[in-house]
Amino acid sequence: MSTAARAHGAHAYASPYVAGAGLGVVLLASYVLAGRGIGATGAFAVVAANTMNAASPAIVQSNAWLAERATGPILRDWLVVEVIGVVIGGFISAALAGRLRLGVDRGPRLGIAARVAIAALGGAVMGFGAVFARGCTSGQALTGGALLSAGSWLFVLGAFGAGYLTMFFARRAWT
Amino acid sequence: MIAPFTDSSIIVAGIVGIGFGFALERAGLGSAPKLAGQFTLTDFTVFKVMFTAIVVAMLGAFWASRLGLLDLARVYVPETFLAPQLIGGAVFGVGFALAGLCPGTSCVSAATGRGDGLAVVLGFLAGVAGTAALLPMLQSFYLSTPRGTLLLPDVLGVPYGVVVLAVAAVAGAGFAVAERIEAHAARRRA
Repeated sequence: MSTAARAHGAHAYASPYVAGAGLGVVLLASYVLAGRGIGATGAFAVVAANTMNAASPAIVQSNAWLAERATGPILRDWLVVEVIGVVIGGFISAALAGRLRLGVDRGPRLGIAARVAIAALGGAVMGFGAVFARGCTSGQALTGGALLSAGSWLFVLGAFGAGYLTMFFARRAWT
Repeated sequence: MIAPFTDSSIIVAGIVGIGFGFALERAGLGSAPKLAGQFTLTDFTVFKVMFTAIVVAMLGAFWASRLGLLDLARVYVPETFLAPQLIGGAVFGVGFALAGLCPGTSCVSAATGRGDGLAVVLGFLAGVAGTAALLPMLQSFYLSTPRGTLLLPDVLGVPYGVVVLAVAAVAGAGFAVAERIEAHAARRRA
């Protein structure tokens, strides 16, 4: 726990092994109950497709990938509801631990504006990668990884390999 | 009746999501500097949470299937596209190291009040939308090297249980190494 977190009276984080085991049980329950795992990218894709469809149906209807995901209403979509659950679950956990705090988490050298800009850029780059990978850390690494999907493990290899390579150059943003 | 129950109800989605978000926040994965520590080799929480979750779900699914409680053939496995997933994964990794958050953890970060988390959420949404709009031009790469549902046991030509054991063993060895590197990093800081 950082000094800043302690100053705010926040509780210590749970053991990563305990939290990870809890996450694994949730994932297993999803396989058993719903016949599918978890995923964040799919939910963002549905929101993006439906938003674009409202703005410009012509673009969406001429694009099979978007049209397939723009069938709305988004609140009936399994992954969208699941990600709304992620927001609620994260909020509840932070509230119980005294970790709700308005602010910007960043490395010691980085100003708020620079951090927010890099965060948005990083998000956009992940968006490009996740569309081609057909998922992200949740839909590929966790869900497909635990089901031993070859493509999911290729995703893990690519993501962590490139992540370490990137940090070789981006280290000063965090340390 | 044998699982999966393929219950597509929204209630299950909501409960699974709440558990997912709760577990991520408990471990501290709503805080970008903590995730970035994975890439600066000072904090292995990402690796430990991710691989513990994978091992628990993998062993659970394997044994439930062996005991005849779960029909793994009816659990949806994402299809494999070799090149797009390796390259897409690498591009994703660049963004992950810059953002310090992945799409799921950015939702937790934003939900707990962090502006950088919200920036990642909006950036990711824009990235997905922009890439999707350009997809007709990138279709040949997007659809390249398709392998359908491809599992590691088939690739390696060994039984499913052997791969399960190997993944669990590698994860266990990885945890031991992670603990040593963390202890070393902590000593250097002190």
